[in-house]
Amino acid sequence: MTISDKIRKIKIGMASCGIAAGADGVLAVLKEHADKIPIDQVGCFGHCYCEPVVEIETVDGGSVLYSRVKPAPESIANILALGKAGRFQINPVRQAKELLKVTRLAGVIDPTSYEEYVENGGYAALAKALAMTPAEVVDEVKKSGLRGRGGGGFPTGMKWGFMAAKTAEQKILICNADEGDPGAFMDRSLMESVPHQVLEGMLIAAYATGSTRIFIYCRAEYPLAIKHLYIAIGQIKQHKLNLIAGREIDIVVKEGAGAFVCGEETALIHSLEGKRGTPRFRPPFPTDSGWQGCPTMINNVETFGNIPYLIAEGAASYAAVGTATSKGTKLFALAGDLAHPGLVEVPMGITLREIVFDIGGADPAATKAVQTGGPSGGCIPVEKFDTPVDYDSLKALGAIMGSGGMIVIGKNRCMVETARYFLDFTHRESCGKCTFCRVGTKRMFETLERITAGAGVPEDLDFLAGMGPKVIKASLCGLGQTAPNPVLATLRYYRHEYENHVNNRQCDVLACDKLVDIKLDPAKCVKCRLCIKNCPVDAVSEDFIIDNNKCTRCNTCIEVCPKDAICRVKKGEGFYRE
Amino acid sequence: MGQNYDYLKAIAPESSNLIKGLQAVQTREGYVSDASIVAVADYFHTPVVETEGVLSFYAQFKSTRPGRYQICVCDGTACHIKGSPLISEWISTELGITAGETDADGLFSLETVACLGCCSLAPVFSINGKVFGNLDRKTTIRILKEYRNK
Ligand SMILES: Cc1cc2nc3c(=O)[nH]c(=O)nc-3n(C[C@H](O)[C@H](O)[C@H](O)COP(=O)(O)O)c2cc1C
Ligand code: FES
Repeated sequence: MTISDKIRKIKIGMASCGIAAGADGVLAVLKEHADKIPIDQVGCFGHCYCEPVVEIETVDGGSVLYSRVKPAPESIANILALGKAGRFQINPVRQAKELLKVTRLAGVIDPTSYEEYVENGGYAALAKALAMTPAEVVDEVKKSGLRGRGGGGFPTGMKWGFMAAKTAEQKILICNADEGDPGAFMDRSLMESVPHQVLEGMLIAAYATGSTRIFIYCRAEYPLAIKHLYIAIGQIKQHKLNLIAGREIDIVVKEGAGAFVCGEETALIHSLEGKRGTPRFRPPFPTDSGWQGCPTMINNVETFGNIPYLIAEGAASYAAVGTATSKGTKLFALAGDLAHPGLVEVPMGITLREIVFDIGGADPAATKAVQTGGPSGGCIPVEKFDTPVDYDSLKALGAIMGSGGMIVIGKNRCMVETARYFLDFTHRESCGKCTFCRVGTKRMFETLERITAGAGVPEDLDFLAGMGPKVIKASLCGLGQTAPNPVLATLRYYRHEYENHVNNRQCDVLACDKLVDIKLDPAKCVKCRLCIKNCPVDAVSEDFIIDNNKCTRCNTCIEVCPKDAICRVKKGEGFYRE
Repeated sequence: MGQNYDYLKAIAPESSNLIKGLQAVQTREGYVSDASIVAVADYFHTPVVETEGVLSFYAQFKSTRPGRYQICVCDGTACHIKGSPLISEWISTELGITAGETDADGLFSLETVACLGCCSLAPVFSINGKVFGNLDRKTTIRILKEYRNK
């Protein structure tokens, strides 16, 4: 293989998303053919849609990106010759709208290298903070206007102030890395790509608040994040960076065990204590009495990820970005029905339109809504996409900022089914302590099941609209207090879809299985028999007629048909054999 | 305590490590049997009922032996929107098992989970922790066949 002599260094994205797309195979072939060139395994730079990504740094200081690289020798040969095929340029519109502060080094440095982090300015903020008094650091965070990124949006500086005021032998700092919103991956990406930055934030917080011990509560589904945290913690201890104000601070990673409610701070503390993760009434707030009765402060991964640059650049410069009530940048995990899913970092105040269409590449004509805040949030219809993104404006729309999950919902998705999905999730994740959360969400879920199955009645809509606020009012923690949001938001903006289900027994977009039939169009059929061969329940007859009595609506025939001759139709339009 | 559980000794026997202990058992055995519950309860000085209570609270713990290849189909929001219920159905048809089951030869077991953090590649599933993304019916079936013939 001829290797261009212009190559200085090769970088390959090896975060979970890269590996899932096949980056490990690409790395193996690269190593085999380019054994003389340094290969840096970096994290995720946010453009997940083009994984596996290889970046070539050239001797003249330039860089060439290759996207969707295949582990085949030809494709590696093309890269090593700096060929034209497969080159990729970051969309300039996205580049102009993004503001990379927290993710500045993500996908740029090797997450397992302490040296690379330091060479790029790492731990300078910690040094700067240590030269200030703890109170000055807290003040700086207060002045910056930073609000918690875990979903609640509580002012971080104020929380640090409460904690700093406590006098106790043991004071506990917890990093909430549970990332429970199914459909969000900001925290995973940060921990995998820049673990040292998150840890630097924690060390600064420990100094500012006088904390003596640090726990990181990370969900078990993130093995790579946990591995990188362990490596980074080892390096921190080796360089004695956890020696703060003469005291050695222990840093421990604890793995969660798969319970959404454990992201709630009091439940998280119970789980850390080895107990069932049920929330408890507040007050006392954790800063008064938390882990084993000690003052305990909990912040989210991204909140900590903000701290180093906040301290390095200063509160005034930090607060120059954003809106009146929401400062700085925010990470969003963009996924769903769009061309360019990935992780984006944008200044607060940017509009949804810019995020979803300009950055995410979603097709405006095919987009129905966006869901923010996951199961605790709500959908925002495309008509409201000019809303600037900040904590308060999203709340006014019946959604929430949430932790940063943003799922784009296409016009071909059923909103009733989406609401059913979220309630299915929350009613199972309810810890069962509060009656309205335990039973109320279950009744709401059952009602939605009935509606999507075509057995709903108009009164069901009144029931949902009435039960939602009761669950919100009568629940102890944020899970129950937000669980009805997806239903209430879809009822508010897409009532006609609900009405079509209950009044006409129809699903507008032919998504709900119980409300559709499958039909084969003989005019398009070429009699290849693929549908007959693949149907798991023998519902397609030898004369190419689909019996909807047998059919389970599994879509197998639609997937295998080479001529698009089979499609979903309204219930009753298909054929039923006696 | 039976000597099979010697590996627990690496963990301090404080009740706050109970979940860690159960996780260690599951990593080792693939699931947590009734006998293991008693052993763990004993080691961490917690009543068996309380240990059971903790175990049943968390979705991660399994009480039956999983197959050699553990398939986790993601049903997080992004994957759900992108058709994960169909992926589950196709796998069920191919393997003859539904979520929570292990096939007769103990080769595959199937479960659904909420979000593997690879939402940008939705729909995804993982087999023994390795994630596969951008699935359609064809790739799903091909991957299963590859594992079956391993
Ligand atoms: C049901 C529920 C789940 C939550 N899940 C998370 C989570 O996964 N990650 C997180 O950082 N915060 C989560 N939170 C918010 C935390 O309770 C807490 O507000 C947050 O970790 C505080 O950190 P921050 O101020 O830096 O945002 C959750 C809250 C509730 C009610
Ligand atoms: S929703 Fe499936 S990986 Fe996140």
